[in-house]
Amino acid sequence: MFQRGLCVMAGVMLAGSTLMAKESLTVYTALESDQVKPYLESFQKVQPDIDVKIVRDSTGIITAKLLAEKANPQVDVVWGTAATSLVLLEQNGMLQPYAPASLDKIDAKYRDSKNPPMWVGNDVWGSAICFNEVEAKKQNLPLPTSWEDLTKPIYKGKIVMPNPASSGTGFLDVTAWLKIFGEKKGWDYMDKLHENIGQYTHSGSKPCKMAAAGEFPIGISFEYRAAKSKKEGAPIAIVYPKEGLGWDLEATAIVKGTKNLEAAQKFVNWATGEEANKLYAENFAVVAYKGLSKKIENIPENYASMLIENDFGWSAKNREAILQEWSKRYESKSEPKK
Amino acid sequence: MPRLFGNSHKMLFGLIALILVFFLALIIFFPLVEILQKSVYSSEGKLIYLEHFSLYLSQPNTHTLIGNSLLVSLTTTLIIVPISFIFAYALMRSCIPFKPLFRYLALIPLLAPSLLPAISFVYLFGNQGFLKSWMGENSIYGPWGIILGECFYVFPHVLMIILSALSLSDARLYEAAQSMGAGSIRKFLTITLPSAKYGLISATMVCFTLVITDFGVPKVIGGDFHLLATEIYKQVIGQQNFELGATVGVLLLIPSVITFSVDALLQKKQRSSVGSKFVLYRPKPTRLFDTIMFFFCLGVVLLLLIILGVSLFASFVKFWPYDLSLVLKNYNFDMMDGGGWSSYLNSLQLAIWSALFGTIIVFLTAYVVERSRLWAPLLGLIKLFALLPMAVPGLVLGLGYIFFFNSATNPLHGIYGSLTILILCTIAHFFTTSYMTAMTTIKQIDREFDDVAESMGVPFYKTFFKVTVPIALPSILEIARYYFVNAMTTVSAVVFLYSPQTTLASIAVLNMDDAGDMSAAAAMATLIVATSVGITLLFNAVSYGVSKASQRWRMC
Repeated sequence: MFQRGLCVMAGVMLAGSTLMAKESLTVYTALESDQVKPYLESFQKVQPDIDVKIVRDSTGIITAKLLAEKANPQVDVVWGTAATSLVLLEQNGMLQPYAPASLDKIDAKYRDSKNPPMWVGNDVWGSAICFNEVEAKKQNLPLPTSWEDLTKPIYKGKIVMPNPASSGTGFLDVTAWLKIFGEKKGWDYMDKLHENIGQYTHSGSKPCKMAAAGEFPIGISFEYRAAKSKKEGAPIAIVYPKEGLGWDLEATAIVKGTKNLEAAQKFVNWATGEEANKLYAENFAVVAYKGLSKKIENIPENYASMLIENDFGWSAKNREAILQEWSKRYESKSEPKK
Repeated sequence: MPRLFGNSHKMLFGLIALILVFFLALIIFFPLVEILQKSVYSSEGKLIYLEHFSLYLSQPNTHTLIGNSLLVSLTTTLIIVPISFIFAYALMRSCIPFKPLFRYLALIPLLAPSLLPAISFVYLFGNQGFLKSWMGENSIYGPWGIILGECFYVFPHVLMIILSALSLSDARLYEAAQSMGAGSIRKFLTITLPSAKYGLISATMVCFTLVITDFGVPKVIGGDFHLLATEIYKQVIGQQNFELGATVGVLLLIPSVITFSVDALLQKKQRSSVGSKFVLYRPKPTRLFDTIMFFFCLGVVLLLLIILGVSLFASFVKFWPYDLSLVLKNYNFDMMDGGGWSSYLNSLQLAIWSALFGTIIVFLTAYVVERSRLWAPLLGLIKLFALLPMAVPGLVLGLGYIFFFNSATNPLHGIYGSLTILILCTIAHFFTTSYMTAMTTIKQIDREFDDVAESMGVPFYKTFFKVTVPIALPSILEIARYYFVNAMTTVSAVVFLYSPQTTLASIAVLNMDDAGDMSAAAAMATLIVATSVGITLLFNAVSYGVSKASQRWRMC
């Protein structure tokens, strides 16, 4: 299910720190709500005179909103949103190229290759499976170790995954399966997986939160939410399927036609700079800024080596077709499952 | 010069009426016209008549959605109309104790957003629910969860209609039947049912319409069971597909318009059956019947309280279901989706302004229609606009607002995304019920006050403020309370209109559930109920005080 609106958290926090006329900046983001607050506090320290209005939602919603506003953009900066979506925006001519101050410190794999780049990455986020060990014991479920395992009949109705149309995490899983298994076999795989899915959720976090609460024992989610839930005491094991992990970049870009170009550039300088990347590194094992990545609790050392080969251009170009096919196969059969 | 005064007063009256017509057209009529228009034009602005509809109806998925929506709405109606009837029958026709208490408690669902019962049912019957074993192999996520949630949500609405229908039974008929030797079953079948017939039909239709247009419950508990109402939401908010949203919206308008028309027809018939010699029926105590009825009402009310209590409890639980210790952390809204505590403050603002301006405009409208004696067609138009919102589901009204106010050619374009548009939409959404309350009260006030005042050259506004308003004060307070509570709980219309600066508490519940923060969603829903209950108690206390001070004349 795709529903959702938008939410703000920043404007209020930033208000009142100065009497000077403030510049105002509207930022769309698909970052998690519990990340946005500490990140913005850091920005506020360096740029107290920019009043940031945050619109946060799942990747699919932010992308649909941006595309719908194409003729009359309402936003200055897109921050922490899937690189796939940013490439799609670029293909629609909606981005303004900009080389941020610390561009030379950014790993070449994690930025747009053009000069100046259309977008610059922040961090890598990828698939992870949350597996509730308490419920597994009760229901005699073995620990899955691969994507293939998830199609075993024993998991029927036990798995939740995000809807790829609304969730960036859902979309990177679907593209990963198409890459790992090939197009035909990838869809066959999803047909079989569909038999075991108890529910498709709106957001990429919800499957792991549901698994953490034992509502469904297995949630296909992403590593930040998995590691955080485990740290908060959820009785879960985190599974990194052995065929490889789908992934995408949380990336940042300036929207073409912004009336606040200067403020937008200041924001992007911060969002791609050392300070911000240090904060990303608290949450993600791989960040774009060279030399800042560090070990995260509950995420294995060799995380980066488990990521599959990725092609954002391909994902962006085929996004609409993939989502249509997905919706045709799995959404129109909406009979209740037992 | 009384004559001259009379004329200038009449002009002032006319001016107020004109402003009202314009205002109501703006907040009710134009947005509706806009959505109807949108549904027959292509995205390039070409008139294509019913092409959107035929295209939409030809998709196989649409049939599933329509089938699902009908299944859920019909089942809920079949369950809740009989239950409401028995409950109402117990309140009106038996001698059970605690009637006022039962009545108050039965109306509790009105104080909660429709998402709350869905959240509670997940905690009760979800895979980790207290009572999961009751579900057997079935899952709560799907039609059964939706139906249970809808039952909670529509019960008070249906109950109120049936209560008023049952209050119309004439005691003389029962006396006549008694003297002719009719038994109680026969009396029930030949007198009670026929006299409540229209009320039952209208209750059935209102129930069906409320369920088919609600999306709060299916959103939370529907799982992968999709309905027409959730489809609109998905198309418009998820994919920004406004044309399709308009098409589905107009489809959902059909049952509402039918309900509204049938209801208007029935109202006329019903009224004519009450004559001036009407004698109110008074029940006599019957041991067995009263006992059964008492336990029935007790059962229903307990169920309602349990459903409410589950969300209340869940909102304090630390980590469901593994750590049931009670904490306040779920109320730390700022770390979650939905806009944090500022959403709650926005909701309070929306509720206060809607209650203030809504009440003023509603009462003024009713007064002008009932007392101004202006040109009849003008008053007819105002009346039409005032009754229209009853036939428009919130989803459709909200969409109409997007189309109308977000158009670049609309000079009021600027209010799009502000709190003002939410206030206007809320005033429009709940206009009809408030208007009818005001109308009933003004009709009860003897016209002679106005006539005498007018003949003495007292301007109407003096009569209005010195006579009409004080007499009608309890009902004015009731309208304000009604607006306040509905502004706190509503989701359906405002969900399309809020902006990052104007997130609302009821919508935060929806967004937190989407992100998987069920306990925070329960916490916000609980906060909304607590606020509504608090305001209701406050208004009742004020109303009681006011009645004692200003309504003493009624007692004489």
